[in-house]
Amino acid sequence: MRHLFAALVAVATGALIFAGGLVTSTESGLSVPDWPNTYGYFMFFFPIDKMVGGIFFEHTHRLIASTVGFLILVQAAWLWRSEPRRWVRRLGYVALAAVITQGILGGITVLWYLPDPISIAHASLAQIVFCLTMTIALVTSSGWTRAYVQRSGRQTPSPDDLMLQRVAAVTTGLIYLQIVIGATMRHTGAGLAIPDFPLMFGQLIPPHWDAKIAIHFAHRVGALIVTLAILATTGHVLYHHRTRKELLRPSLLLLVLLTAQITLGALTVLSQKQFVINSLHVVTGASVLVTSLVLTLRAHRARFAADGPHVSADAEASDLPTPLDRRRADPSGSAAFRRAGDHA
Amino acid sequence: MDRIVRVFAAVALCIALAACGGGASEESAAPKTAAPAAPATNPVDPATASTITGTITLQGTPPPNPPINMASDPYCMKLGAATTPTFIVSEGGLENVFVYVKDGLGTLKFPVPSQPVVLDQKGCSYTPRVFGIQVGQSLDIVNSDETLHNIHALPMANREFNRGQALQGMKYTTTFTTPEVMLPFKCDVHKWMNAWVGVLEHPFHAVSGKAGAFSLAGLPPGTYTIEAWHEKLGAQTQQVTIGPKESKQISFVFKV
Repeated sequence: MRHLFAALVAVATGALIFAGGLVTSTESGLSVPDWPNTYGYFMFFFPIDKMVGGIFFEHTHRLIASTVGFLILVQAAWLWRSEPRRWVRRLGYVALAAVITQGILGGITVLWYLPDPISIAHASLAQIVFCLTMTIALVTSSGWTRAYVQRSGRQTPSPDDLMLQRVAAVTTGLIYLQIVIGATMRHTGAGLAIPDFPLMFGQLIPPHWDAKIAIHFAHRVGALIVTLAILATTGHVLYHHRTRKELLRPSLLLLVLLTAQITLGALTVLSQKQFVINSLHVVTGASVLVTSLVLTLRAHRARFAADGPHVSADAEASDLPTPLDRRRADPSGSAAFRRAGDHA
Repeated sequence: MDRIVRVFAAVALCIALAACGGGASEESAAPKTAAPAAPATNPVDPATASTITGTITLQGTPPPNPPINMASDPYCMKLGAATTPTFIVSEGGLENVFVYVKDGLGTLKFPVPSQPVVLDQKGCSYTPRVFGIQVGQSLDIVNSDETLHNIHALPMANREFNRGQALQGMKYTTTFTTPEVMLPFKCDVHKWMNAWVGVLEHPFHAVSGKAGAFSLAGLPPGTYTIEAWHEKLGAQTQQVTIGPKESKQISFVFKV
């Protein structure tokens, strides 16, 4: 149940990123000049019939963001109540802190008229929040807690593959960096600084340069590097771990998302930043990131020995105490409970 | 496994810190200079005041003004079809060109008009689209529409502002502290709404009207640089010398 809720939170976060992409793509970021109110109305009481023009995108983004914030708050409380692993509980707290910070950044960027550093930080932190929610969804899944050992017991957990762990982690880092460059490109208005694709001003290298062209060029070079990194990761999985479904599936999904992402990137330029295509490019980029993150975490699964397979997905099934259990057992908090989960 | 938590927390913290650092510098970039004190009386002797009149003409056939898609707001939509009034040509003259004295007034200081300039949001467009104002003069921005507008000023030298006007009849009054030609306005709710204001330290400015005609009256004798600015075609300048009580005719020709 907790995993289902975590998955819902992750999906909602992805939807929020798409909504945020729509705000930027339609240049609606300042269509609601005040924050946290909307044209003087308490946000949730703003009349639907007044959600016109750019307000529709900006206000919808705020409503979804509030919902996601609430869901992450509930998730943090739920983890605090019932999650035996301390590091997972902490992930919940960090996700909550991150989404609050994200909300504040979103407000500041409106009140300060979209300064580039704030807007870029808002876009970049959104990806971190997505990664956090996706990580929580992953590590609360039954597959993770079983260490991907099939219930039939036929498949045994593979030993650490150091090469896969490294290449997957580097790939995830490169994807994040590429997204930050993409956010910089969007918020500095460099999205069409190079107006053609696949060539650049009809050549392989731009014949003239300015800051915007340089940022756009960096994003294209970044796309090439990320593509190679993803191919290296997925190639490694396909060659060495074809039988491990928990690695094979995200690898194949990564290839599909990569293809879609490159296509959307090209179409964004060729369509002169059509706002739906542009926003899909944003959310697909985020999906590439979290898929790579899932693959990376699964590749590192063997390191999380204390997570199970003896630890079940639901705390109710676990005999490990949660913080609430500890408080009930010892209201003064003087007893020193130590357990395997706290050291994972 | 706490390492994962720490990595996420560190990245998030770095982003937040970087953002706050950047924002501070943006904020400090806003000008804080106050408007200089203006004299109470006009320094120009009415007995010698002169006038520059003229026309703005357009050479060539302008591209058709693009239609506006107002589908995003039902209120605007029901007002009927409209086009972006970039090129308004009447009797061969080009309207909505801002003409002003760019240079030549020296150190003369002029009183600030007590009458405010009104920028109306009416019919989901700005009226007027191009206008002038003096530093320190009040600008009343009103919403005559039964829909929401935000008025977003995008200055280079003055202070940026973005105000929401949710109800019909709302008014926001502001002033500008620094000369700036041109200072754009836009409505982020309705992307097609744009206006430009020329902020000057003197009253010698005009916007070309019917047949592209304009008039700069009450000038002291002297040699002036006159500039004509159009939102799409850019700016042109001319040197003009006028004597006491003289009336001089000039013309600007924009090509498309």
